[in-house]
Amino acid sequence: MATHEIKVKINGAEHEAKVESRLLLVHLLRENLGMTGTHIGCDTTHCGACTVLLDGVPVKSCTVLAVQADGRDVMTVEGLEKDGQLHPVQEGFWQEHGLQCGFCTPGMMLTGYALLQNNPDPGEPEIRQAISGNLCRCTGYVNIVKSIQHAAGKLRPAVEA
Amino acid sequence: MIPALFDYHAPSTLEEALALLQDHRDDVKVLSGGQSLLPLLKLRLGSAGHLVDIGRIPGLEYIEERDGHLAIGGRTRESALERSEIVRTKYPLLADTAAVIADPLVRNLATVGGNLAHGDPANDHPATMLALRAEVVAAGPNGTRTIPIDDFFLGLFWTALEPDEILTEIRVPTPPLRSGGAYFKLERKVGDFATAASAVQVSLGEDGTVARAGICLTNAGPKPVRATEAESFLAGKQPGDEVIAEAARLAASAASPTPDRRGSVEFKREVARVLTARALKRALQRARGEH
Repeated sequence: MATHEIKVKINGAEHEAKVESRLLLVHLLRENLGMTGTHIGCDTTHCGACTVLLDGVPVKSCTVLAVQADGRDVMTVEGLEKDGQLHPVQEGFWQEHGLQCGFCTPGMMLTGYALLQNNPDPGEPEIRQAISGNLCRCTGYVNIVKSIQHAAGKLRPAVEA
Repeated sequence: MIPALFDYHAPSTLEEALALLQDHRDDVKVLSGGQSLLPLLKLRLGSAGHLVDIGRIPGLEYIEERDGHLAIGGRTRESALERSEIVRTKYPLLADTAAVIADPLVRNLATVGGNLAHGDPANDHPATMLALRAEVVAAGPNGTRTIPIDDFFLGLFWTALEPDEILTEIRVPTPPLRSGGAYFKLERKVGDFATAASAVQVSLGEDGTVARAGICLTNAGPKPVRATEAESFLAGKQPGDEVIAEAARLAASAASPTPDRRGSVEFKREVARVLTARALKRALQRARGEH
């Protein structure tokens, strides 16, 4: 069966890998590259724990083949923090207690990050709509919404400046 | 979960893709957005020795108004449909639908063509495209052909597409003046298939009577259901409350849903009735310009 030599840019760094056709993107990240920040939850395209950004757009990496990411840009939760500084989205989840068990958090933060790229000042309904494909079984979502709003507040002056 | 072994192909032209489909005719699936196909392969409910990814073929993602119709490229993502200004202003039935398919992350990859070609009556676009009386364009080894949507769905996961054809475009007729549509769906949670859903498209005459109606149901049988009795009942009538109620009742009687964890046959039929009445009211409001 076919294998493919692929090149994927992950969090700004080029990675090369030899993959089977059937390897899923989430397995490439976690098993081949050891980047375990991206979680596997339901494994059936429901929960969003495996959310990554593919060319800047949030997708469920359990439902994308690794080979489909060839030549493309992937961002995972590991790409949020820069030089030891938490990204405002991460800071928001910390400050507003946006997580309890933390399992959904990488996906939530990436979906929140992507939302704020397109909409720097989302209202609660827009945030809830954006994260409707990411399931959290602990928080009841209230603090997740606050966390993303916190990040929006932190990011806005930077955008305007 | 890991799919059974297959070979992945990523052609860069439609011709290459069609040649691959011919080469592997008996054991091949087209990979578009992958949001239905990959779960199916992972759950091992389906298998294919070869996947032909049409995602690297340029020119299959577009939403354009042309002479007499809206042309939607087969690989157009649901999220693009959701954001499209033309769709939102002139094709509200499609805009309603795009907003309730799966969830926002799935819609970033899922495609309109895939939603139809998958042949799943629980998908949302089959009913909405039936209500809009769309046409499907299929490219094959002998060129392209156009398939009226009423001839497209043949059964559960079964469409008029041949194994060596690719759905390249959907054409939605431009609605006449005084037209409106709406899609109402009941789902247990975001991302679930519909317990029932109703797609309605109506056009009114100058006197406010119904000139033409399309009423179609999602997840109400082995194929998407066109409620023909309800449609012909509405034609020529002033659509008041009683007429709407009777049309909804007729639409529900066209449903033959399967009982499952989403509900019994009786419950699903009742949901279809209620949703059809609501969709019809909204579609009529839109047709009259009362938004």
